Amino acid sequence: MEVTTKSMPYEAWKDNEYIEKLVNELRESGANVIVGSLDKLINWGRSNSLWPLTFATSCCGIEFVSLGAARYDMARFGWEVARASPRQADFIMVAGTIVHRMAPVLRRLYDQLAEPKYVIACGSCAISGGPFRKSYHVALGIEDIVPVDVYVPGCPPRPEAMIYGIMQLSRKIKVEKFFGGVNRQEKQKEFLESHPVPGVED
Amino acid sequence: MAEDIKEKIARLFPEAEYQEGDIAQITVADKDWHRLAMTLKDDSDMDFDFLVTIVGMDWKDAFGCVYYLTSTSTNRHISVKVLAPDREKPMIHSVADLWAIATIFEREVYDFFGIVFIGNPDMRRLFLSIDWKGFPFRKDYDMNPEINPVPLESERQSDFTDVYTEDSEGNVTRREERVFQPDDFVVNIGPQHPATHGVLRFRTAVDGETIKKIDVYMGYIHRGVEKICEGLTYPQTLHFMDRLDYFSAHPYHHCLCMTIEQAAGIEISRRAQVIRVLMDELSRIASHCLFIGTYCMDLGATTMLFYTLRVREQILDIMERTCGARMTFNYDCIGGVMQDLDKDFVKDVKALLEVLPANIKEYNKIFTGNVIAKNRMEGIGVLSKEDAIQWAVSGPSGRASGWACDVRKTDPYSIYSELEFDEIIRHEGDSMARFKVRMDEMEQSARIISQLIDNIPEGEYCVKVPKVLKLPAGHWFRTVEGCRGTFGIYIESDGATSPYRLKIAPPCLPLAAVVDHITRGNKIADLITIGGSLDYIVPDMDR
Repeated sequence: MEVTTKSMPYEAWKDNEYIEKLVNELRESGANVIVGSLDKLINWGRSNSLWPLTFATSCCGIEFVSLGAARYDMARFGWEVARASPRQADFIMVAGTIVHRMAPVLRRLYDQLAEPKYVIACGSCAISGGPFRKSYHVALGIEDIVPVDVYVPGCPPRPEAMIYGIMQLSRKIKVEKFFGGVNRQEKQKEFLESHPVPGVED
Repeated sequence: MAEDIKEKIARLFPEAEYQEGDIAQITVADKDWHRLAMTLKDDSDMDFDFLVTIVGMDWKDAFGCVYYLTSTSTNRHISVKVLAPDREKPMIHSVADLWAIATIFEREVYDFFGIVFIGNPDMRRLFLSIDWKGFPFRKDYDMNPEINPVPLESERQSDFTDVYTEDSEGNVTRREERVFQPDDFVVNIGPQHPATHGVLRFRTAVDGETIKKIDVYMGYIHRGVEKICEGLTYPQTLHFMDRLDYFSAHPYHHCLCMTIEQAAGIEISRRAQVIRVLMDELSRIASHCLFIGTYCMDLGATTMLFYTLRVREQILDIMERTCGARMTFNYDCIGGVMQDLDKDFVKDVKALLEVLPANIKEYNKIFTGNVIAKNRMEGIGVLSKEDAIQWAVSGPSGRASGWACDVRKTDPYSIYSELEFDEIIRHEGDSMARFKVRMDEMEQSARIISQLIDNIPEGEYCVKVPKVLKLPAGHWFRTVEGCRGTFGIYIESDGATSPYRLKIAPPCLPLAAVVDHITRGNKIADLITIGGSLDYIVPDMDR
């Protein structure tokens, strides 16, 4: 099994080792020939119609707007259906700083996303706190609040970097088991167990 | 300060002290403050009706506030320093009854310093949660993250606010008051809502579809920039200006650089000044373009976004070639600008000036004359001139209400006094006027650019400044015209390499504060129209 992207050679991708590791995990766990083929079909569809949640707290959000406009045109990849409600979105692109007051809101938004769901940490603030690390009111990265799938560095990342980041997410989706024990969901379960929200049952 | 004012105040308040300077300062004890404030505002010779900002201060031996006031009729400035010497229970009398915007400014000071304002009708925290321990801007604040960890649980909410009142003997008592009445129907809008332009939250009391009251909740992107700056050297503080109002990155940089240069006595070259003004005006066009795009999108005309972003992308290309970034430029530096203009800069800007008029015409054709747009914007969210000044709504939104508040005209900085451009003023005060002012301002910005683009003087783009920059002890306050209004920087230095206090006076905080006043009695669907037309940027108000 190989993860291919149309009009982009495999060698042009930066972190193939990671995807290969996922492929190996899939191989080792073994899959039924019918379920495996169905997985492939469904993942092809899912990876080509990722719907983002319109979620932006600061500067990165504006670059996300540029991404939606004519020049960078994310409609080419099937991401243009930005949803205002988390119930209808596939992934949440955390574009901007997450501060103390916003942290529970982000967690709730994540909890409201329907499965399967993904998170992209976009920009240095979402990754580590960025230039605001020394502040008293900034979360040092969102990985303590929600499980992150892809990190896109930059301050803010250029739209090209965002495209690359979301394409990496598509690649990740292609090597997922959709039917039966989803390999990614195990990690998500682990995360949610180690970061419980009082009063919410996962 | 004019002698007549000085004499009058000396006669009425013999205990007040004066300090002459760029902006004269009166120091007064709290017991005289409210009386002095009334004189300053209501006396016909003074008429200081515009409260620019309130700077909270912790001078270690005492807390206090510095009020910056401007008279819109005579364009004179004054500042008043009020001390609250009791460190245990710092208190100052509120002036919320004189300047409406003081309600929010005082809440901000209370949130950061714990100074209680006697008589303020709403003494809650503004940016931090009600369970926050300590007041972060105090010099003895404990930054240990274990005291205030990142919460995962939803924030505790309260429907009550504190009001402090003083009786005739001077005893201050605290009482709780309801924010909403028990039978109010409160709808929550935000913080994750596409029409709030960022993470702003409105608690809206409605009667059917009509808005009764809005409680604006901020702080969802409060990053404590001012506090971080206290630990950084002056050149290091600059880059935060990019990340406040990210559309006004150049004007904001300009303001901080000018303040530091003024304090350090650095003269910059003519070339650097021209480059700075060119960049300011280019970013103004780019900012207004995005405003038009997103505003029309809020009203349902998604196509406009694609048209306006076309021009914006062209400007970003020009900026990228010179500054090396699309958004966070960090271009202005102390002494000039970071690097020289790109060799194609003049050519690119001329190409932009050529296509801009046709684009603006197109926007007007598609949207401004559209009957649906007219119905949704005309007469909606009217803000009178008096209210605009009361609420310190400056910038294009203030000018749409007939208030001539363009800092480029009232207090020309840099080379603006030599340039020919009109201040766009409209008198309707509604959403349509706010939209049209921005439309016309793009033309004026283009006019400024076309005057300068052929006359960029030769010379050095950055003068030599000392590697370790120390400002003399003192304080400075400068304002510039950002893309959204009057932006101010206050620096207080104790002679060290980093500021003792750096206060940012953002234009967007008043813009959000006025939403409650302006939307009352309107329909809830118009909240989107009105909020969009005010064009606030949430990271700017939260800092």
